[in-house]
Amino acid sequence: MLDTTRRVATPEGIELTLRLAGPVPRALAWSVDFLLRAALVLLVMLFASRFGRAGAGVVLIAAFFVEWLLPAAFEARWGGQTPGKRLFGIAVLNDDGTPLRWPGALTRNLLRAADFLPFFYGVGLIAMLASRDFKRLGDLAAGTVVVYQSSSSELTRKVPEAAPVAPPVDLDPEEQRAVLELAERSATLTRERFEELAELPKPLVGQLEGERAAARLVGIANYLSGRQ
Amino acid sequence: MKQAPFEQVHAREWEEFEAFLEDRKSFDPAEMPSRFRRLCQALALAAQRCYSAELVDRLNRLALRGHHALYANRRRESQQVLHFMLAGFPRLVRAEWRLVAAAALLFFGPLLGLIAALQLFPDFVHYLLSPGQIASFHEMYDPGNRRVGMRESDTSMMMFGYYIWNNVRIGFQTFAGGMLAGVGSAWFLGANGLILGAVAGYLTQVGYTETFWSFVAGHSSFELLAIVLSGAAGFKLGLAIIAPGNLSRKSALVAAARPAVRIMYGAAVLFFIAAFVEAFWSPITEFGFVVKITVGIAAWVILLAYFAVAGRSRAAG
Repeated sequence: MLDTTRRVATPEGIELTLRLAGPVPRALAWSVDFLLRAALVLLVMLFASRFGRAGAGVVLIAAFFVEWLLPAAFEARWGGQTPGKRLFGIAVLNDDGTPLRWPGALTRNLLRAADFLPFFYGVGLIAMLASRDFKRLGDLAAGTVVVYQSSSSELTRKVPEAAPVAPPVDLDPEEQRAVLELAERSATLTRERFEELAELPKPLVGQLEGERAAARLVGIANYLSGRQ
Repeated sequence: MKQAPFEQVHAREWEEFEAFLEDRKSFDPAEMPSRFRRLCQALALAAQRCYSAELVDRLNRLALRGHHALYANRRRESQQVLHFMLAGFPRLVRAEWRLVAAAALLFFGPLLGLIAALQLFPDFVHYLLSPGQIASFHEMYDPGNRRVGMRESDTSMMMFGYYIWNNVRIGFQTFAGGMLAGVGSAWFLGANGLILGAVAGYLTQVGYTETFWSFVAGHSSFELLAIVLSGAAGFKLGLAIIAPGNLSRKSALVAAARPAVRIMYGAAVLFFIAAFVEAFWSPITEFGFVVKITVGIAAWVILLAYFAVAGRSRAAG
């Protein structure tokens, strides 16, 4: 499968599905966090500048904590998210699906120093692209993964209403999912493109073409989503 | 059972579960585990019976959140911290004594070697330090220059911040360098050993013994051991990558990272103590050479004794 999902078995005998986040959303989240960190240090600087050299010391101590400990504190205390990660809907989890705690958060944040080498996260990017789970070195050592949070926008995404049509052949879960997701995305595709795609699954739409194939597929999707 | 009646039967329970995840109020928390197991069963059934992907996704999301709520472990962290510093940390360092010894050799070897070598071949220093650096060290430690020790308290505060920012970062880099199969750690240890050895050897050779050694004596034990331990923690990671033993490289690395990071907690505390001493005690000159050297040696003895014996009795008990 090309999907970036990983299945994790739990002690209760079920499998949870984690959707892994790749380098791009993580880099974006990092940029936001970086700006926030810089802003925070700048703020401390503004206040501390009144106190001369002692103030400079305070700024350096603040910079140290903001750089090394604040991201770990956020991840350990805020459901595996820093502000940037929350903005982009991603979070850090242990790779067995349990929530991140202090040791894991500190490990992956201390090892950012290794990922940063030789410049600007070169090693981290290569490690991410080379590993199946988009893990940078810090993630490898801490046993953590960065995943998409199931967002609320996903909950509201719905199959367009239509009279349910039973599919003429049995579909396995993966196939059902493909039909459902296509129907859910129909609103974001052009009409022509959606009809073109709807004509492809011949066992489902037979010789129907264009608009009628699209309508049949939406009907099947309605059936599959349990509206029969 | 068809999907619609299945959903009807469980709808209330799932809603209550979802509400519980929000506010922890909709039922008694003691019921949580059994309710979570029922949810897991519903998820397994829904997936096995090929109910709609939407329903399976919803249950999967609920189960994932329930899993997080159930397995979020909240131990008393403050007690653990104290216990770790009193017993766990020295015990861990003793358990990894081979790596600590290797790191110490790589660091103290060049350091002490250079101090000795520079007494015999003073010109060798020019291979290691630039004329500009040598001039600035001259200025800092010249006994005729009374600026050492004449620092005001706000300067001390500034230097405290600088030492934390700079030295702890060097320690973290030394540790993280272990991820490059240990090479990074070895490089940072060796390079820092060389530079410190060059400075110490040179200043001793030109006769600034009193100013230099009375300045560094107080914090030397904390700072140098902290660097060595950072390197040892890095080697722990590097060794797991080079020689994972019976585990896969990935599992070996995860297993090694736990003790390695725990060593780093302790090393970070040592770095903080070193920064504090270096900023607020080391620059004071009122006490004279003998007192400052005595304090420095006492700190070494106490610290080494701490690593040698602390936590042993509890281990026996």
